[in-house]
Amino acid sequence: MSTETAAETLDVRGQNCPMPVIKTKGAFDDLAAGEVLEIVATDSGSMSDIAGWAESTDGAELVDQEEATEDGQDVYKHYVRKTE
Amino acid sequence: MSADTPASTNDDLDPEAVADLQARIDALETEVSDLRTDVDDDGPQKMVIIATKGTLDMAYPPLILASTAAAFGYDVTIFHTFWGLEILHEENSKNLQLSSVGNPNMPVPNMIAALPGMDRMTTRMMRNKIDDNDVATVEELIETSLASGVELQACQMTIDLLGYDEDDFYDGVTTGVGAASAFQDMVDADIQLLV
Repeated sequence: MSTETAAETLDVRGQNCPMPVIKTKGAFDDLAAGEVLEIVATDSGSMSDIAGWAESTDGAELVDQEEATEDGQDVYKHYVRKTE
Repeated sequence: MSADTPASTNDDLDPEAVADLQARIDALETEVSDLRTDVDDDGPQKMVIIATKGTLDMAYPPLILASTAAAFGYDVTIFHTFWGLEILHEENSKNLQLSSVGNPNMPVPNMIAALPGMDRMTTRMMRNKIDDNDVATVEELIETSLASGVELQACQMTIDLLGYDEDDFYDGVTTGVGAASAFQDMVDADIQLLV
């Protein structure tokens, strides 16, 4: 999934558990139905945490998750769509 | 059983008995649908945590779980009692200590851990680790919890017992609550934890 399709990007690099999930919830609430939120994190635990959050949250759909290396740092990208 | 058995059985049915059964089915369906509405209308799920410890390490689990549960849409209350009050005390919460005595996870033997100044040293080590690992501070987690709608309660009896004042706590902390309200919250909650 490319970044162009994400309506908003949330940068939580340098923040550890539980912040990525909590800030994801905050940014997700501000989305309009159908929009996709991109979350960029450095916390490796965010892979399972954000997937679990999306699964348990009504109206949230995990579209994609990617691992990448940017500037020598492991980065975890998540794409969550607001379905309703 | 032959294929035409149901048809012949139907012919024998008493219309009054059928009407009775239909009425009972209708009544049961209404009852089930009412119960379903009751269950669905219960609102968001709830979690209550009773926080009783005031050391640096024990301040984290309640705050992390509470703010996370709020992100999952839960109504969350943390009832702070005894040393748990230190977490909500604006000044003391910034100086929470770690105990090295009787803590086998600490890299110092008990005999040395009991020496004066050791708690301060191990606490400093822990704070450095928290900082190095991008873990939020207790203060940040309190602010995040309050902003996520977590209800932070300070037990009135222990406020009086420890000689604290309502103004000693963070803005947004609820005081004037006791065991009865904590218990009532626990009765209604889906998850209850004692930390």
